[in-house]
Amino acid sequence: MRAGECVASLVALALAVGLAGSAGAETVVRVGSKSFTESYVVAEIAAQAIEAAGHARVERRVGLGGTGIAYRAVAHGSVDFYPEYTGTISRAILKDPAVESVEAIREGLRPYGLTISGPLGFENTYALAVRAADARRLGLERISDLARHPELTAAFTSGFLERDDGWPGLRRHYGLALASVRTIEHALAYQALASGTVDVIDIFSTDGRLTGADVRVLRDDRHFFPVYAAVFLARTDFVEQHPRAWAAMTQAAVGRIDGATMTRLNALADLDGRTTRQVAARFLGREITDADERARLVRELGTLTVQHLGLVVAAVVLAVLAGVPLGILAVRSVKLGQAELMAVGVLQTIPALALLCFMIPFLGIGTLPALVALFLYALLPIVRGTATGLATLDRQLLEIAGVFGLTGWRRLARIELPLASVSILAGVKTAAIWTVGTATLAAFIGGGGYGTLIVRGLALDDVTTILAGAIPAALMALVFHGVFELVDRLLVPRGLRLVMARPR
Amino acid sequence: MITVRHVSKRFGGAVALDDVSLDAAPGTTHVLLGSSGSGKSTLLRIVLGLLAPDTGEVRIDGVIVTPEARESLVGRVGYVVQEGGLYPHLTVRGNVSLPAQALRWPPARTTERVRALADLTGFDEAMLRRYPAELSGGQRQRVGLMRALVLDPPLLLLDEPLGALDPIVRADLQGELRRLFDALGKTVLLVTHDVREAVLFGATITLLRAGRVVQQGTFADLAQKPAEPFVTEFLGAQAPPPELREYF
Repeated sequence: MRAGECVASLVALALAVGLAGSAGAETVVRVGSKSFTESYVVAEIAAQAIEAAGHARVERRVGLGGTGIAYRAVAHGSVDFYPEYTGTISRAILKDPAVESVEAIREGLRPYGLTISGPLGFENTYALAVRAADARRLGLERISDLARHPELTAAFTSGFLERDDGWPGLRRHYGLALASVRTIEHALAYQALASGTVDVIDIFSTDGRLTGADVRVLRDDRHFFPVYAAVFLARTDFVEQHPRAWAAMTQAAVGRIDGATMTRLNALADLDGRTTRQVAARFLGREITDADERARLVRELGTLTVQHLGLVVAAVVLAVLAGVPLGILAVRSVKLGQAELMAVGVLQTIPALALLCFMIPFLGIGTLPALVALFLYALLPIVRGTATGLATLDRQLLEIAGVFGLTGWRRLARIELPLASVSILAGVKTAAIWTVGTATLAAFIGGGGYGTLIVRGLALDDVTTILAGAIPAALMALVFHGVFELVDRLLVPRGLRLVMARPR
Repeated sequence: MITVRHVSKRFGGAVALDDVSLDAAPGTTHVLLGSSGSGKSTLLRIVLGLLAPDTGEVRIDGVIVTPEARESLVGRVGYVVQEGGLYPHLTVRGNVSLPAQALRWPPARTTERVRALADLTGFDEAMLRRYPAELSGGQRQRVGLMRALVLDPPLLLLDEPLGALDPIVRADLQGELRRLFDALGKTVLLVTHDVREAVLFGATITLLRAGRVVQQGTFADLAQKPAEPFVTEFLGAQAPPPELREYF
C-alpha cells in the first residue's frame, strides 16, 4: 500500500523531528519551563549551567502551558525538571496549603517520585497593583484599602482568577467587591492598566515590568498570599541518575538569585529586549551577542517550519484516512451517523489546552500528543464533508447504477466518491487550514512548531518574536490554500468542474 | 414480456397505485399516460424492482420482480430517465460503458459495443470524449439511451425520456426513437404525460389517473370509445385549439 507507507513515513518524520537527538548514547537532560519570563529565564540558567559543566546535552522543552501541563510532564518523565514555586506545589500538587516548608514539601512529594531543590533565593508571590496616580488620588496603599472603592474594575490572569489562593480566597479574606472582574493575559495586563482600561491587576512580585511601570503594589496587610519560594521541581530518579548535572545547576542557581536580582533579570528580558539566553548568560557571567541570537532565530525558524509542516501534514493525512471512512459509515446507518457526528462535534468543543492536558499521563508531552490532538480536531470537517457530500447525492443517479448492477463498494468507488469529491475536498481543505492555526498550540506541550515563538513572544511581551511565529504560520496557511487549488484540479473530475463552472 | 397484476402501493396515507394491471407484449411499445401524480413513475419503479408493491405482483418473462431479486434483472432491462440521468464526472464513453464494466465485460467487447451504438445514434469519436456538461439536452438524452442499450436488453423502460427537451429537438428525437424501437424489436414501457408522444409510440396506451387505470387500448379506442368523460377531457386538453387545428 503506497498510501500506508506514505503515512507511516510522515508520522515517523514528525516523531523524528520531535524526538530528534533523544536517542543516542550521550546523556540528555530535558529542561522544562512554564510560559512566563521568569520560568524561561531560570530554566535557561539551569540549562546553560549544565551545558557549561559539559557532561550532558540539554534539550529545552520550555514554554509549557501552565502548572497542570508542566507538573504532569515531569511526573510522566517527558521533562526532567522545571522551575516551580513552593506555594504552587503545596496547593496545586499536594493539595494541602498547610505544607509550607521546603522539607515538608520534599517529604510530601516523595510518594510521587518527585523532589525539589533548595530555594533559589527569591520569592514570587501574587500581588495586586494599581496606577500610581490612582494610589495617590484614592489613598490606596494596602489591599484592604480596596474595600472602600467598589467602583474600581479589575482584570486578572486566569490562574489567579480561579485558584483558591488567588482572587476567590483574597476576596473572602478581605471582604472585597469590585465593579467588574475580567480575565486577561499576563503579558497584556500592564498595558491594560496603563491605558486605563482596568484599575487593578494581579502581578508577580518579581515582575521586570515593575522597574519601569508607574504603578503602586498594594501591601498584603492581612497576610493572605502564601509564600512562593522558587525551587526546581525534579523527578527523584533524574536527581539520582544524573548527579553531576543536578550539582551543576544547583550550584549555579540555588541560593544565588535574590528578589532584586530576579526582578532585574526579568526586566532585562521584558523591557530591554534581551533574549532569555542572553539574560541567563549574563547571570552566569558570560555574554551572547545580538548577532548570535539573530542567526539562531533564523536557524530555529527553519527547524520550527519543518516541525510545523510535519505536524500539520501528518495530522491531516491521518484524519483523511480515518475521516473519509467514518463519513462513509455515517451515511450507511442513520443512527451510527448521528452518534458519530455528535462525537466528533463534542471533540471539537473540548478546549485544545484541556485536551492536550488530558493526554499527558498517557502520551507525555511533545510531538505525539500534539499530533493526536490535531488529528482529533481535523476529523470533524472531513467526516462532515464526506457525509454531507454522500448524503446529498442525486438519488436517481444512484438508483440508475443499481439498475445496471453497480452496487456496494463498486458503486461507492465509481460513482459516489467521485461525485462527492468536491464536498470531501472542501472538508479536507478546511481541516488543513484550521490545523495550521491550531498547530501553534502544540508549543504549550513542547510539541514544537511556530507556536514556540508565539508563546515565547507573548511571555516576553516581544512583538517581534510573536510575529516571527505568527507570520510564517499565516504564510503556511496561504500556501496550503494554494496547494489545495491544485489538488482540486487533480482530484475533482473534469466533468464535475465543468458543471460547477457553468453559469446558472 | 411484462405482466403487472393487481398492483397497489401507498406512501403513508396517500394512494399511489390502486389495483393496476397491464401487459406489455414482446416487441411492442406500451405507453403509461397520465398527468403528474397519476402514479405512472411509481409503477415504472416497481417494474424495475426499485420499489416493492404493497399487494399484487410484477413478472418479467414469468419471473416475479422484487427489490431483493433485482440482480436477476441486470442486463435484461434498460432504463432511461428524463435528461438522461448521466454521471457528470464521466465522459460520454464512460457513461455508456458503465453497465458493461459493471458486468466486467472484456474491454475490447465494451469498446466494440460502444462504437456500434455511437454509429446508431450519430456520435463520433470526439463526441464520445465529451462530458455531459458539454452536450445539448438532445445529445444527453441520446447518451442515456445508448447507455440503456449497451447490454442489449430485451426490455427498455423509459421515464419521460423527452420531457426536458425543447419542442423541435423533441420532435426530432421522437421520430428517431420510434424508428429505433421498431428496428431493434425491444419490448418498451414508456412513461409520458404527452398525448402526442403516446400517439406516436404507443401500440397500447394505459391511461392512469390518481393511481387507477382509467382505460387501456389503442389511441383510437381511447378517442372513439372513452371509458369515462375524463378520457376525452385528458386527450382534449392537449389537442390544439380549434382555430389552429387546420395547421396541424
